[in-house]
Amino acid sequence: MDEKLAALVEAMPRLLDGISVTVQLTVLGGLAAFALSVALGLAATHPSKAARIPARIIIEFFRGTSLVVQLFWLFYVMPLLGVDMHPLVVGVLALGLNYGAYGAEVVRGSINSVATGQWEATTALSMGSFQRMRRVIFPQAWALMIPSLNNLLIHLMKGTAIVSFITIADFTYHLDQLKRVTDTVFSYGVIGLLSYFVIALILTFIMNALERRAKRRLGQGITLKSVLSPAPATATPGGGA
Amino acid sequence: MISITTALDWNWDTTWDVLPTLLSTFLKVTLLVTVLSTLIAALLGLVIAMTLRLAPKPIAVTVKWIANFIRMTPIVVQLLFAYYAFLSLDGITIGILIFGIHYSTYMSEVYRAGIDAVPQGQWEATTALSMSTRRTWTAVIIPQALRATIPALGNYAVSMFKDTPFLLVIGVVEMVNAGLIFGGNTYRYIEPLTLVGIIFLLASYPTSLLIGRLEKRLAFNT
Repeated sequence: MDEKLAALVEAMPRLLDGISVTVQLTVLGGLAAFALSVALGLAATHPSKAARIPARIIIEFFRGTSLVVQLFWLFYVMPLLGVDMHPLVVGVLALGLNYGAYGAEVVRGSINSVATGQWEATTALSMGSFQRMRRVIFPQAWALMIPSLNNLLIHLMKGTAIVSFITIADFTYHLDQLKRVTDTVFSYGVIGLLSYFVIALILTFIMNALERRAKRRLGQGITLKSVLSPAPATATPGGGA
Repeated sequence: MISITTALDWNWDTTWDVLPTLLSTFLKVTLLVTVLSTLIAALLGLVIAMTLRLAPKPIAVTVKWIANFIRMTPIVVQLLFAYYAFLSLDGITIGILIFGIHYSTYMSEVYRAGIDAVPQGQWEATTALSMSTRRTWTAVIIPQALRATIPALGNYAVSMFKDTPFLLVIGVVEMVNAGLIFGGNTYRYIEPLTLVGIIFLLASYPTSLLIGRLEKRLAFNT
């Protein structure tokens, strides 16, 4: 065991580099996926067919063709078409496109779940379509979509473990190096799986905090006022759905 | 179409060379792993869901955290771990087991939701009829819970199908790996990798549509 710990201490700087690469891929891939989710999700709920049909095709294409295929396609085929990208860019792009397509379905579903009365109210107040989305519909949809987006973010984080196959030295790559000087159970089992689990728990913690904040801004959930008030907290009518 | 294929430098001879290999690995590896792993995940998921519901609290809590742990860590690392830890088993067997176990943790959540969705009156009725615990579950709760869970199980089977290329990390020659090997030998990557994508799309999209229709039909009318 002492030898393994010594090997671990020796490998620590490289393992931390690897974790940093994995976190970078997760965060950048997650941001790319989120931007695409919102864009495609809004297009997929747009009244005009000219926006809906292309969005549907893009969503089904990237959901249907598998992350790993997209990753290798971007890595091996794009250079043949004259587009040379850094492997990290390829990784972020593949993760963003694949999970962005999944996220678009979440965004679309959440927007459609906002109570009809809320849409009618914006018409009654003669709001424009941008203002309606920005001020009324999206903030409510946002609170609904966070738990599903968190699931996708965990999926995305797990998906990053494949990138050593497109020459990126991520955490899994360095675990393989550690395995050579220690053993499988210690490297992949103890250090690897536990570290990924901690990353996933931290991501979930952040997303839960975002969800609480989103609900608080809608007047749902626990507020200081409801904690201090003697009456039992009840759902506020402003929240819809 | 012609202009696109010219721009991509698409070669039809290469296409016909590689397509049979891809289709045969599709049947022999990708579908085999998907079907057997789905069976394992469906059964083990039910066992986990029932343990969480029926077992004493310390056991239930332990099982819950193990399931969370498996669900929230990369299948790639789990595959590598199991492959090197059990060298006597071949890659496909490891793949079937790990995919089955990994997805059972998702399916247990589906079953849990399905069990929770069985109306309270059904539980009360089994008590009124003084049914045994065993009979309550096998004759009343599980049949109704399963009905609501079939579409979700189908969706997870489709995601498992699209995750099978992860098997290449333990050297299994599934479709993507077969395409990469072909590319390595011939320096032609466009045809094999594009075809693999098309095969995935052609297999998964219609299945998803069917599951969507099934979902509408089986929806609880409560």
